[in-house]
Amino acid sequence: MAGIEVTTLHKRYPDGTVAVEHVDLSIGDGELFVMLGPSGCGKTTTLRAIAGLERQTSGDIRIGDTLVNDLPPAERDIAMVFQFYALYPHLRTRDNLAFPLRAEGLPKAEVEERVAEAARLMRLGPLLDRRPHRLSGGEQQRVALARALVRRPRAFLMDEPLTNLDAELRADMRTEIKHLQGELGTTMVYVTHDQVEAMSLGHRIAILNKGRVEQIGTPLEVYDRPASLFCAAFIGSPPMNLIEVELADGKLRSKSGLALTPPPNLPLDRSLIAGVRPEALEVTEPGADGSVPGRVVSAEWLGDEIIYVVDHGDQRDVRVRMPLNVRFAADAPVGLRHTGGPPPVYDANTEELVA
Amino acid sequence: MAVSVDEAVSPGPVRDRRPPRRRSGGRGRVVIEVAVLAVLAAVMLFPVLWMIETSIKENRDVYAIPAKFFDFTVTLDHFKDVFVDSGGGPTTLSGSFLNSVIVAGVSTVLATVLGVPAAWAYSRFSVKAKKDQLFFILSTRFMPPVVVVIPIFLMYRQVGLFDTKLGLILIYTAFNVPFTIWMMKGFVDEVPAEYEDAAMLDGYTRLQAFWKFTLPLLLPGIAATAVFALIFSWNEFVFAIFLTSSDAVRTAPPAIAGLIGGTTVDWGLVAAASIVFALPVLVFSYLVRKHLVAGVTLGAVRR
Repeated sequence: MAGIEVTTLHKRYPDGTVAVEHVDLSIGDGELFVMLGPSGCGKTTTLRAIAGLERQTSGDIRIGDTLVNDLPPAERDIAMVFQFYALYPHLRTRDNLAFPLRAEGLPKAEVEERVAEAARLMRLGPLLDRRPHRLSGGEQQRVALARALVRRPRAFLMDEPLTNLDAELRADMRTEIKHLQGELGTTMVYVTHDQVEAMSLGHRIAILNKGRVEQIGTPLEVYDRPASLFCAAFIGSPPMNLIEVELADGKLRSKSGLALTPPPNLPLDRSLIAGVRPEALEVTEPGADGSVPGRVVSAEWLGDEIIYVVDHGDQRDVRVRMPLNVRFAADAPVGLRHTGGPPPVYDANTEELVA
Repeated sequence: MAVSVDEAVSPGPVRDRRPPRRRSGGRGRVVIEVAVLAVLAAVMLFPVLWMIETSIKENRDVYAIPAKFFDFTVTLDHFKDVFVDSGGGPTTLSGSFLNSVIVAGVSTVLATVLGVPAAWAYSRFSVKAKKDQLFFILSTRFMPPVVVVIPIFLMYRQVGLFDTKLGLILIYTAFNVPFTIWMMKGFVDEVPAEYEDAAMLDGYTRLQAFWKFTLPLLLPGIAATAVFALIFSWNEFVFAIFLTSSDAVRTAPPAIAGLIGGTTVDWGLVAAASIVFALPVLVFSYLVRKHLVAGVTLGAVRR
């Protein structure tokens, strides 16, 4: 087991596309570290560079104390799970699991013992004699996980392993992976574009955009104080409402007059945007205390909550998360007010968190 | 007597359960279809049938007027004449067939050996100006042989490749490599790169990963591509007739064409030689037909 250090990683392909602009990561020993970002943000390239499947243009990668820049993938002592599972189609489950061990040249008895152990961990007993095409997607992914852990590597690298599974199975496998990682205590780097996956799995999350790290933090930190407008718009469903504000009479006020509690140490020499979570707003009867007038544009009934889209005279409509017992019809005149604490505030030009 | 509920409540006679006739036409349409297809088949197949008949007719039956369709004596002499000359030795024609086998076979193998790894590389790696390179490769196929044959003839004469089997092999390989690269790139694209990635993490080099995991999955595609390349090389006529002059080098297509054009034409021999020439490709295509169909349709299906 080992931590992973990535310093000033840069990857430029021969055709000129830059996949990774500049990435620094310090992943702790035994940590479940999630790299999150939209497609093309460089997260998979970074992972593949850690695995040794891509050679970085510049920058260093250390696994444990070893500088692995020039080591081929096989000598880095890591295991990877792919989006398309990559089970060898001509081998039975048993042989797929044993394959990396045989490639290492382990004695037969130990190979069998380790395969049996991995099969037990991932509950693959009845599937051991089947070939990949006779396994369901979920089963294939469990075999792929077992094949990764059978090697007892120093780190697991997971490249969107759950993307191809249906929603229900995905939730189950998420729990399973988290449990497994906790039990084995092995460092895991997990790449996904699914923020729910990232939030529920990660000890820490790195949000990547355009080949750069936008923010690294625990799920709560990332949710409560996104480090940039990009992170603010990326995390949360529905995402933060980004509202242009100005400081007036000790309050942050939007053009519509919506008042927010300002955070301390607010710089005053620039235009500001406040990031307000949908649950920090409230739809009220029109004219309620501290509210600005608005109009319901649409209401999404999600079963356990309602998401109201409210036009309050600002450029952009806001989304508000409300419990089921508060019901307004579409087009109804309503009031809108802020109920949470001071929101994170961003510089409109640099798009970075200022307070 | 038992009466089912359906019958009991049925308002009228039980409805006709036979499938309705095809809406347009019916019997008349079928007759027309069959007639049209039969005429087409006759037009397409008659030359082939006539070739087969001619090859097994004696010479006087070949020239008989009116033509004899059925009552003629069957002889295999023409086939013997293709391979064995009057003195009992091998004919120059049989030498041409051997040349064709060598030239087509070697150029197909070369094109496959060069083209498959190239296709793999274009599919897997990020290459500078990949699209332009691929277009350039394809563009070498834009011009038909007859356009480029004169310059190639002049060049070949300078470098001593004129009238050599090597010369033909090289030009056929050059024509088949672009085709192989383009065909095979489609097939390689269909094989997930993750197999190779996984194998590399398991301790193999990139080339070993390609050899052990990707190549076996490409075999149907390689078979289909190689058959097309083989058919091109086997049938090629323009280069073969311009770039060879001696019987020792000449391949079958110009050799068979050379049989026609004297004062008398031995049509029986021409027909027999043509059949011998057509058979290998037919047999080979038949043997790999499963791969051919898989090969042609595989590229169309997304994962």
